[in-house]
Amino acid sequence: MSRVKKAFHQFGSPPWLFRFAGILSPILWVACLGLTAWGLYWGVFLAPADYLQGESVRIMYIHVPAAWMSMMIYALMALFGFIALVWHIRATEILAMASAPIGAAFTLIALISGSLWGRPTWGTYWVWDARLTSELVLLFLYLGVMGLYNAFDEPRKGARAAALLAIVGVVNLPIIHFSVKWWNTLHQPASISVVGGSSSIDSSMLWPLLIMAVATKLYYGANLLTRTRVRLVEENRNKRWVRDWIEGKKG
Amino acid sequence: MDHTPFIIGSYAAAAVILGWCALAPVLRMRKIRGEINEQMRRESARKG
Amino acid sequence: MSGQVFLPLLKRDLLLAFRRRSEVLQPLIFLLVVVSLFPIGVGPGPQILARIAVGVIWIAALLATVLSLDSLFRSDFEDGSLEQLVISGHPLALVALAKVLAHWLVAGLPLVLLSPLLAVWMNLGEGGLMVLVISLALGTPILSLLGAIGSALTVSLRGGGQLLSLLVFPLYVPILIMATSAVTSATDGLPYLGQLGLIAAGLVAALTLAPWAIAAALKLSLE
Repeated sequence: MSRVKKAFHQFGSPPWLFRFAGILSPILWVACLGLTAWGLYWGVFLAPADYLQGESVRIMYIHVPAAWMSMMIYALMALFGFIALVWHIRATEILAMASAPIGAAFTLIALISGSLWGRPTWGTYWVWDARLTSELVLLFLYLGVMGLYNAFDEPRKGARAAALLAIVGVVNLPIIHFSVKWWNTLHQPASISVVGGSSSIDSSMLWPLLIMAVATKLYYGANLLTRTRVRLVEENRNKRWVRDWIEGKKG
Repeated sequence: MDHTPFIIGSYAAAAVILGWCALAPVLRMRKIRGEINEQMRRESARKG
Repeated sequence: MSGQVFLPLLKRDLLLAFRRRSEVLQPLIFLLVVVSLFPIGVGPGPQILARIAVGVIWIAALLATVLSLDSLFRSDFEDGSLEQLVISGHPLALVALAKVLAHWLVAGLPLVLLSPLLAVWMNLGEGGLMVLVISLALGTPILSLLGAIGSALTVSLRGGGQLLSLLVFPLYVPILIMATSAVTSATDGLPYLGQLGLIAAGLVAALTLAPWAIAAALKLSLE
């Protein structure tokens, strides 16, 4: 069997995936915490304040990576869901459903930080600009997937239904983004987005931003693997390998 | 306007949300382990 | 085999809807009630009403559509005929298309026909009426098609109806934006064909893609 095929099949084996996740996730956690500390220290204490926005630009180091993650995770969730539906691989069903709450969390953070950023910059806590409106719709999409998944009595059926919904959502996502952006220019022609995205970012601010971007990806990976482990144990609680692992933990 | 409370608010919100998101599966795992232990104890009691 | 299921199914669904007339009329009455609440709530000032007219009418249309969607597959699911359709071997996408068309004829088309009345109530400018009707004529089928996906996904759930709204409203956002923009532009004397064109393109895309998604969702729900 070719190496790629073998690797693919191993991921499909619950005990193997469980062990793999158990080894990789602590590494990811450590790396995530380290990078977060470095990135935030740089962003909060070392990087300069913005010429126009003042100190509040430091919210960018939270808001922008969170917004990026909210979209990336949705795309990954849909990808895992697609693989699960087409190739019937159980592990990807779990990965898709475990991704949803993490993505929703990042979306919520993007909304809250965007709102708090808007207050000192624009005077109000909420602005219907393109970014925030899109994030709000994205949050509803996430809540829909999570709601649908939890509405089913049978978790496997729920996961597949939610996966289909995620795929429908991801196809619509670019359309939603485009239309919201267009709608925003219609009604607020002179506005700059809360992020101030079109202006080029100075390199002194870019580096901590990129560090935080990587840190959030590591968070996602670590959290995803932890949630996957929990789900694997839940679904296989009567299996030998789970019982053995529990026994091992007791000693 | 002092920007500090907004900055702290954003960072705090992120910390709380991500912290809870990270903690939830850990707590759930502990709960499941407890349940499985219970189940194993009952099964061995029945056998023995 | 394939052509033989579409028309009989369409006729059957229309007949069933006719028999359940009162059930079918409810979302339309809801539409009328909701729109008439706005002048009451916002004040009868003609300028305010004209300003919000498009949005109110279109949002009421969204709400009414979602109300009518829950019953799209539910009664067939409950009496087992849905399962029969799925295992019958007929192309499920075609079955889905027939049911959605029946739904639109019964729930969406009346909406289009009622819109001039709503436009008068909300004091929509004269230039906007024709574009409103066109936007609804092009847009409500999309609402039915996308909504049917949500309907198919939730048909096996007990409390499916409320969840359905959450599932489909985000998907409706682009249609709402394009339609309201088209009508507002028309009343202001600005170009509106671009927006209508995009809605038409959306309709074509939905007609092509949605039936497959509905079919997949039905199969999933019936497992």
